[in-house]
Amino acid sequence: MISRSEVEHVARLARLRFEEQEIALLQQELSSIIDYINQLQELDLTGVPATAHAVNVVNIFRLDEPRACLTQEEALANAPATERGHFLVPRMG
Amino acid sequence: MMVTPEGWEAVIGLEIHVQLNTATKMFCGCPVSFGDVPNTNVCPLCLGHPGTLPAMNEKAIEYATRIGLALNCTISPHSIFHRKNYFYPDLPKGYQISQYDLPLAVDGHLDVELEDGSILRVGVTRAHLEDDAAKLVHAGGVDGRIAGADYSMVDFNRGGTPLVEIVSEPEIHTPEQARAYLTQLKSLLEALEVSDVNMEEGSLRCDANISVHRPGTPFGTRTELKNMNSFRFLQRGLEAEIERQISALERGEEIVQETVHFDTGSGKVSTLRSKEEAHDYRYFPEPDMVPIELSAEYVEKVRAGLPELPAARKERYMRDYGLSPYDAGVLSANRPLAAFFERLSTQTGEAKLAANWVMGDFSGYLNAQGLEVKDSAVSVEALAELLGLLAAGTLSGKMAKDVFAAMVETGKGAPELVAERGLGQISDTGELETMVSELIAANPGPAEEYRQGRDRVLGFFVGQIMKQTRGQANPQLLNELLRKALAGSSPDN
Amino acid sequence: MMLDSHSLTAHECRRLLAVGEATSEEITAALLDRVKAVEGRVGAFLQVDEEGALAQARAVDAKRPEERSPWEGVPIAVKDILCTRGVETTCGSRILKGYIPPYDATVVRLLKEAGLVILGKLNMDEFAMGSSTENSAYQVTRNPWDLERVPGGSSGGSAAAVAAGEAPWSLGSDTGGSIRQPASLCGVVGMKPTYGAVSRWGLIAFASSLDQVGPFARTVQDVAALLDLIGRRDPNDQTSLGLPTPIAVPRGESLAGRRFGIIKEYLGDTIQPGVRRIFEQAVEALEALGGRCCEVSLPSVERGLAAYYIIAPAECSANLARFDGVRYGHRAHKAETLHEMYTRTRSEGFGPEVKRRIMIGTYALSSGYYDAYYAQAQRTRTLIIRDFQKAFAEVDLLISPTSPTVAFRLGERTADPLTMYLSDLCTIPVNLAGLPGLSLPAGFADGLPVGLQIIGPHFSEQMMLDAAYALEQRLQVSTRPPLDVTPAKEVG
Ligand SMILES: [Mg+2]
Ligand SMILES: [Zn+2]
Repeated sequence: MISRSEVEHVARLARLRFEEQEIALLQQELSSIIDYINQLQELDLTGVPATAHAVNVVNIFRLDEPRACLTQEEALANAPATERGHFLVPRMG
Repeated sequence: MMVTPEGWEAVIGLEIHVQLNTATKMFCGCPVSFGDVPNTNVCPLCLGHPGTLPAMNEKAIEYATRIGLALNCTISPHSIFHRKNYFYPDLPKGYQISQYDLPLAVDGHLDVELEDGSILRVGVTRAHLEDDAAKLVHAGGVDGRIAGADYSMVDFNRGGTPLVEIVSEPEIHTPEQARAYLTQLKSLLEALEVSDVNMEEGSLRCDANISVHRPGTPFGTRTELKNMNSFRFLQRGLEAEIERQISALERGEEIVQETVHFDTGSGKVSTLRSKEEAHDYRYFPEPDMVPIELSAEYVEKVRAGLPELPAARKERYMRDYGLSPYDAGVLSANRPLAAFFERLSTQTGEAKLAANWVMGDFSGYLNAQGLEVKDSAVSVEALAELLGLLAAGTLSGKMAKDVFAAMVETGKGAPELVAERGLGQISDTGELETMVSELIAANPGPAEEYRQGRDRVLGFFVGQIMKQTRGQANPQLLNELLRKALAGSSPDN
Repeated sequence: MMLDSHSLTAHECRRLLAVGEATSEEITAALLDRVKAVEGRVGAFLQVDEEGALAQARAVDAKRPEERSPWEGVPIAVKDILCTRGVETTCGSRILKGYIPPYDATVVRLLKEAGLVILGKLNMDEFAMGSSTENSAYQVTRNPWDLERVPGGSSGGSAAAVAAGEAPWSLGSDTGGSIRQPASLCGVVGMKPTYGAVSRWGLIAFASSLDQVGPFARTVQDVAALLDLIGRRDPNDQTSLGLPTPIAVPRGESLAGRRFGIIKEYLGDTIQPGVRRIFEQAVEALEALGGRCCEVSLPSVERGLAAYYIIAPAECSANLARFDGVRYGHRAHKAETLHEMYTRTRSEGFGPEVKRRIMIGTYALSSGYYDAYYAQAQRTRTLIIRDFQKAFAEVDLLISPTSPTVAFRLGERTADPLTMYLSDLCTIPVNLAGLPGLSLPAGFADGLPVGLQIIGPHFSEQMMLDAAYALEQRLQVSTRPPLDVTPAKEVG
């Protein structure tokens, strides 16, 4: 069973917060999912290479040629808070 | 210069971030530029909009390869990108695309010439590509620093600029060595024409890993020192951190592995002992990007296109121009200055004179006015003309300096200034001979004293002629004529 | 004229426009009427762009026929996971409420360039995470064959809209079965192309190494035509290759000599008897058409689900980090500090299933676990790829049921994430191997549609579509749900 403090640690890494009763439920749900995926650990896969891409391609590059940008207005159009042409965020901490 | 206290040794590794001066960003076609209106060099990709995907800039690959080769690295035949995950407002995707276990260039070195002329070989662990973060402005509060700011503002113009991170082995032991390493790395990068390498503008940035230990014992716990945005601050920051660690250890305290900040105002290092959990970057291979596989042919092509690097140029200056190691070193380290010198040398045919002037009055002028070589008011051609007058004896050294100052001030050429001010040296033998014989005839006493062996009297005659000519007599010629005339005027003859 | 919405396949729309029997405006209006008539019961659309669609249709009608490209004026609807410039795109999530993309997804651009009329945006599980569309932050989508049941997911809106006759065809996306499973449950044709055949630019990422955009339609020919429109290489997507050759409209009705492999591992206990019976009938039909069917074993596919539930959450945990309340989307009110703003924004903006997957992915990638989970899953992926390669050395195509079950009841599986995950048992390994997969209506069990999955080697789309077409012609499965005779009733 995944511990409560593990759930809290992972939540913090992911910038999520859960209510008291959610944490208990998550502990159970995550534990059963992790139990299920733990079946992979029984496999002996030494010498088997990892696959990150299902299609083998390499060296896809773009020419160093400028393209049109958004205007400042377009760039900020969806922003929840702006200030003097910038995106505004609360103080660090 | 700082002296590390008896019995302690510092161990320093440097991480240098170099902004590449490609036309466009690493993964999108937005221009790379500095100082534009906020959030105008941006697109959906570099704002991290959902659904956008990175498209690798081939120029950035080429520049990174150049850097790797210049640092004697092996260029990896297969390298990939990873995602480095953390949250920060200057990071629009919530991860940085960087290289992790398979970087583009590995296992190189830089031979750093130290002040005493000895060479320190600093290993280069790796040079890898990544995308730069955006610019944060901390607003409100007292002085625009993070601590005390009410809020922060984000400008994504810089975000996504290609960066090469150069990681050194922990083989640097003093702040002076660190400074020498960075200085020489900077001139190398400048020669490669891959970056503006401007520390003030942030196109060259330096972080350091520092620990101290007693030689022969295992390495101490290291801290990461950030925010050293000039050569001076690098040295002072390292000095402060080494001092802080040693005194802490001597007090019996332990060093905590953490990031420390150098406050350029107070000159002090501050530690941020917050409860913030240690970083867990959760690296994993970037699924939106395909691997880079650089062929041996490609690498050789890039190698063949490398410009002459400072070390080779220094050799050539010593060999071809007969410059001293010091002069050759100074001139070859600065690429624009070196180019200026070479043209001046060709145009005047006087390599040593050219070297003296470029390193002396010319550099002095640029430094005093804070100019780059390209901004100089005096062209190579103009300076060559001046040096021609000097070499021909038309001007004395002192006069040439004055004319140079006037050239800077007025933008006029040397011949024009010489004519205007009637500065041409009197090198006409006949004219001087007449003046000399008249002077000797008028001063039989001192002439006799000279013949008695009192050489110093010669100065009296020189002074008189100089007075008469307002200093324009060619001193060498005058000396020669005076000696001959004084000897020749002997009544014994 | 009266246009029957179910008769309006894309090919039929094209024919009507070509011979001048109907205008694009008439076709578009007929479909919009249909949407008005059934949306209250089906709930497939998050947004209907009535004005925009009609304006576009009129613009097409204003052109002379010889100026039009082949599909110009034919309506379509797209899953809300695709960015549409100037039109709200939410990905089924509260965190993107009000988000107006400043750009079009490449596939959307291709549709517009082909002159298609975009009717609106279709409902989905939030960020494509789910198999029933019940994880949408906005509304429930119901299965047109039984309004008490789910349409499948995550592209439930895309499947339901086509099944209900609200659109002739639609676009969805498939990360672990999100096109094929809802196609199966709603009795329509759906295809996930080879990874890389279609650009992902503008497709809001769930799991980047698995995601593909693909078509839904009521006929194989329509699916083929839509795939041909979108299967282009795109410089904006490094992983996109495009289709190697254009897709021809399938016409052949014989399968003489085609070798079909029946995946042994997918005929176990988890397959409902009704589904198994339809599957067996489909095998018989294939043989009647001249195909040769034999059993093949792919032992590693049984590990597919476990590998998928590491890889997909890991990738999604990074892909969803950009939803931080800074540049777009929801931001928590009155957060004093940055950390609080991040945490509250994300906790308020994401639904439970999305949070669950972010948690699993973050956990699997976190310090000390990478090798045990992520690296091991990537190696398992290699084994699955090798199994498929071995099978394709023996047979041309593989077949299995698309979903182990018919459409389940709304709410039936929401309490247990793992059971929900099992819905994608047969489809997930195809994404892990990057292969193309297609679901074709094969019959009914208890009045509910059952789909047959056809899997081919990389870029074998043409062969798959040809086989699917031959089978479709033989089986003649109805694609007209009893929606019009179902009285509107209060549900849920
Ligand atoms: Mg870095
Ligand atoms: Zn950009």
